Amino acid sequence: MSRVELRGFGWRHAGRRAWAIRDVDLTIEHGERVLLLGPSGAGKSTLLAALAGLLPDDSGEAAGTVRIDGLEPHTARGSTASDAWSSGRRGEPGQGVGIVFQDPQTQLVMARSGDDVAFGLENRGVPAAAIWPRVSDALDRVGFPYPITRSTGALSGGEAQRLALAGVLALRPGLLLLDEPTANLDPAGAELVREGIARSRDEETTLIVVEHRVAEALPLVDRVVVLEPGGGIRADGAPEVVFAAYGDRLAAEGVWVPGFTIPPLKAGAPAAGELARATAVTVGQRLAPVSLSVGAGEVLTVTGPNGAGKSTLALVLGGLLAPTGGQVTAFGDPRPPHKWKATTLTGRIGSVFQNPEHQFVTTKVADELAVGPRRLRRGDAEIRETVDALLDRLRLTRLAEANPYTLSGGEARRLSVATALATAPRLLVLDEPTFGQDRRTWIELVTLLATLRDEGHAVVAVTHDDEFVRTLADRTFSLGSARLSDPLPRRRS
Amino acid sequence: MSFALQPVADPAAPLARRNPVAKFAAALLFALPLVTTLDPLTPALALAVELTVLPLFGVRYAVLARRAWPLLLAAASVLVTLVLFAADRSGRLLVDLGPFAITSGVLVTALGLVLRLFAIALPGVIVFATTDPTDLADALVQNAKAPARFAVGALAAFRLLPLLGAEWQMLTLARRARGVDTGIRGFPAIAFALLVGALRRGTRLAVAMDARGFDSAVPRTYARRQVFSKGDWLLIVGAVVLTAAVLATTVLTGQFRPITA
Repeated sequence: MSRVELRGFGWRHAGRRAWAIRDVDLTIEHGERVLLLGPSGAGKSTLLAALAGLLPDDSGEAAGTVRIDGLEPHTARGSTASDAWSSGRRGEPGQGVGIVFQDPQTQLVMARSGDDVAFGLENRGVPAAAIWPRVSDALDRVGFPYPITRSTGALSGGEAQRLALAGVLALRPGLLLLDEPTANLDPAGAELVREGIARSRDEETTLIVVEHRVAEALPLVDRVVVLEPGGGIRADGAPEVVFAAYGDRLAAEGVWVPGFTIPPLKAGAPAAGELARATAVTVGQRLAPVSLSVGAGEVLTVTGPNGAGKSTLALVLGGLLAPTGGQVTAFGDPRPPHKWKATTLTGRIGSVFQNPEHQFVTTKVADELAVGPRRLRRGDAEIRETVDALLDRLRLTRLAEANPYTLSGGEARRLSVATALATAPRLLVLDEPTFGQDRRTWIELVTLLATLRDEGHAVVAVTHDDEFVRTLADRTFSLGSARLSDPLPRRRS
Repeated sequence: MSFALQPVADPAAPLARRNPVAKFAAALLFALPLVTTLDPLTPALALAVELTVLPLFGVRYAVLARRAWPLLLAAASVLVTLVLFAADRSGRLLVDLGPFAITSGVLVTALGLVLRLFAIALPGVIVFATTDPTDLADALVQNAKAPARFAVGALAAFRLLPLLGAEWQMLTLARRARGVDTGIRGFPAIAFALLVGALRRGTRLAVAMDARGFDSAVPRTYARRQVFSKGDWLLIVGAVVLTAAVLATTVLTGQFRPITA
């Protein structure tokens, strides 16, 4: 069990002018369970990294003090080993700090699940005989359903994240830090992880969670701390008290506070003309036969469980992948989209990938937007006009000269959508466009897509996001059942 | 890529379950002396020995043939190159293809090279086919005293390899969606994007390993024990004896052609 004490804490990353976080005074008592909130860029992850002892002295400038049970974090992290090394208390519960990050892929080290949990114990010098009982104990606590020999490469995202949690719990930390542990997961995977966290929770461990989907974290915590961007703490207290006073402001800043929804944005009229049609399309084992069509002026959402082939379908509709069976026709062209020239394709169908960075081909945000129009041999003046309009529309003007790879998650997502819009394609195909976005970017995206639809574009979005479907979808196609649903009720306008 | 490195052998076979470091040492000690000679007899004998012990490693011949296809490809290209470009066209003329006179001398040289290629590469193929990467890392640390930072770090990086293939495909598709070349001209940009992604993942992985106390001042313990027993020593000694026997046979029959001559 650990007590955390921050006095005037601040951190500035090397080479940055602005402080990532500063002037934080905060005390967290033994066994408290805290949700740490704040808009993007308020320094939540930096604070967790500091507590985990992961900010080396040479990687930036520190201010104030951080103490965990009176120790500096990097000492506290190793304390299961270092102070216990001599005293023989090695690996006793309630000492040290453990942290679980977002990305399940880059937290697992070993090829077999049991070995991965054992990895941390080996590092802390736990005697071999004590390792395996602790491994199975940790796996039981998080509800890991497989034997210890299960390949870590064969786990789903949610299962991998549960395993990462077990790897941390096996070290019996007094302070457990969770840095958006479900942000990279689909709803089913996120549920697995939340269940794992809830199961393994005990009174011995102090818990700090960073999570911008508040509803998901609330059952786990008894105190909410809100960081103020620019420095200090804005609010601190019981969840209901904090949200009553600051809920609307947090929602406006992008935090997913429960009870703040936006009204549906449905099409005013039925779809006009058919733009693309898939007939009994299959892709090997990845996609079972699918038939669907999409028309101008409608938003079609494609939902379904993991592995149903949603992303594959998006690639086929986007003219990027050749179907192995069935056919795709679009824009009245006798040739299927995957046989079109790249320049033809980009003028007709815009694809937005799940990972925005996959789409970036230049070193400047403004250049990125000019790529498509230039390939279509548009005039210089027209290109400049398009680029400026898109920068403005997606709030990227300030970043026109920045390297796309340096953008934040929300900025990168907005840019990837803007690149697809630059050639003004009539059909937009998006793969999980709202995945991992804060509420502010989410609302911007949804509003933008609604506007594009009302201007006569067709939008196909593959998504796990129920809220997105509720707000925007005119029709929805469920890939698991492979049947086109009835049109959803339309907005009368 | 990683697919080709996964073990395919029956792990209970008498030599497959020997210590990975012993297997590597044996492979190295057996194959290296073969480099000293240019005659075709030495690699032929070595190859015969290798194929004879193969069942003891639990690898079936059909599986080995599938696994060794890059070697077959290399062998074929050696043959073609030599037939086309060999300077030494001595010996009896077998087939006359105008400028490419295929003589017995050309064929013997080509055959010798192909046999060398197989004889030297095969022990390595066998070791990888019978060794689990985790066991190898464990044995390197515990028996060969390799730093854990290197062995376990490489093992962790190894886990991320399969992601690269999938990412390459997505990058190529994403570029087509942007209306940009996906052919050979797009290669540097895709490679760069892949590198950026790989570096990011590598950094995140390193931080996660750090957070779990990797490479700290504390001496590590071992959850899995790798033992180096008498049997492992015997395997190494056996490899040395066999390679010595092969070379001795060549020397005694007068076929030995040292590489220095």
